[in-house]
Amino acid sequence: MAPTDETNPSASTGSTPISRYETTSNPIVAGRGEPLVVVENVEKHYGDFHALKNINLTVNKGEVVVVIGPSGSGKSTLCRTINRLETISSGEIRIDGTKLPSEGKKLAALRADVGMVFQSFNLFAHKTILENVTLGPMKVRRQKKADAEKAAKVLLERVGIEQQSAKLPAQLSGGQQQRVAIARALAMKPKVMLFDEPTSALDPEMITEVLDVMTQLAAEGMTMIVVTHEMGFARKAADRVVFMADGEIVEDTTPEEFFDHPKSTRAKDFLSKLLTH
Amino acid sequence: MDTLFNNLDIFVDGFRMTFVLFFFAAIFALILGTIVGAMRVSPVTPMRAVGTVYVNLVRNTPLTLLMFFFAFGYPKLGLPDVGYTTLAIIALSLYTATYVAETLRSGINTVPVGQAEAARAIGLPFGQTMSLVILPQAFRATVPPMMSVFIALLKNTTIAAGFSVAEAGTIRQVLSERGEPQLTVLLWVALIFILAVGVLSLLQRYLENKWRVAR
Ligand SMILES: Nc1ncnc2c1ncn2[C@@H]1O[C@H](COP(=O)(O)OP(=O)(O)O)[C@@H](O)[C@H]1O
Ligand SMILES: [Mg+2]
Repeated sequence: MAPTDETNPSASTGSTPISRYETTSNPIVAGRGEPLVVVENVEKHYGDFHALKNINLTVNKGEVVVVIGPSGSGKSTLCRTINRLETISSGEIRIDGTKLPSEGKKLAALRADVGMVFQSFNLFAHKTILENVTLGPMKVRRQKKADAEKAAKVLLERVGIEQQSAKLPAQLSGGQQQRVAIARALAMKPKVMLFDEPTSALDPEMITEVLDVMTQLAAEGMTMIVVTHEMGFARKAADRVVFMADGEIVEDTTPEEFFDHPKSTRAKDFLSKLLTH
Repeated sequence: MDTLFNNLDIFVDGFRMTFVLFFFAAIFALILGTIVGAMRVSPVTPMRAVGTVYVNLVRNTPLTLLMFFFAFGYPKLGLPDVGYTTLAIIALSLYTATYVAETLRSGINTVPVGQAEAARAIGLPFGQTMSLVILPQAFRATVPPMMSVFIALLKNTTIAAGFSVAEAGTIRQVLSERGEPQLTVLLWVALIFILAVGVLSLLQRYLENKWRVAR
């Protein structure tokens, strides 16, 4: 990901009233299963630049982990190493007990189990909404077209886009495109979903519709790793908040603990900047 | 007009061969060029290397030399005789494929990297990422420059005349033996080429409209 894709965190949250989510504390009752995503002693270098420093993170089945931190702290890099869109310099990453394969068919198969939602949606520009959602199931899961379309329609209905299935991505609003991107990832029946700032490229009025879909997904027990600055979502849907700064995990705790009693100065600094805007 | 109609047989035969050369070379160049273009953006280093060497070697060789090699070198290899026409098609295909590959590669670079990442993220391997997501979008972006490549191919077919392939480039020679004014013959040949290029331009416009990609 380009280093410049980051929007100013204070700007992106400034327009979203936090109070919108302050009604409930933490409705998630997802069962804490065994470890699903295990990141162990991971280091990542871009040339001389040390982007990830000794990262250790375990995400259990059904858990929702929000990753938060200043721009350039390595959140996207971490997210992308988990499905190996980015390689690591050393360490180990396991998905459901399987070490990430380095290349080829095995890696492709593993990626199919890890859903990813990007900041810039990345819907296939030359395919209709329906085709976007059915492509993976048909080509990777070898589903029949009719079955894939049936399942896709259910998913599109779930994210509220069933009316638009014959349109091209460019004909949809950003919020709609992102919901389709979520449906596209879900169509693969992934074990875990990665979200890299899914609402940062959206106009404020569209942020809610995407967060609502994500909140619902979390409530249904999906394992999720979400990079976001939406503190309301973190408080409402997250089991844990991981705070990153300068390529390190600085805090790994509950949302209440993190937002109300941050321990590190870097987290306090970061939160004060978010809140004063 | 008389020059044309009195010798219609020669014109028809000549241009038929031109279009045969063009048609087959265009198809093979498109297929080979797409493969080589994909190799040049492959994550596998040896694939990239082979693609790069091929493009640089063949593209930097004058087409006439390439034709020479096939017309005079190939028969010496003791392989089955396939005829000059086939050899000319092979030479034209190999040569044009390098331009197709380079045009496609520039087209691939216009497709946002997020498209490939999204394709990989749903579990598509490299081949399908290319064929299902990247190339269809790259083709759309390359219609105009690709047409230039094929217009050049159409005109390059005349080089085969030098190697015993009786296509449009030989019409002048034959007709001057029949005592027709050479300049008039050449003007007719040129005019027919311009018409043929016009047809390609229409095809280009059609494809551009059909494949207009919305972003
Ligand atoms: N492809 C790359 N090449 C070099 N540096 C990179 C690359 N991608 C990211 N970086 C650098 O790594 C750091 C972490 O980036 P990123 O993970 O995108 O941060 P975040 O998502 O937290 O804003 C940044 O300083 C960025 O400039
Ligand atoms: Mg980022």
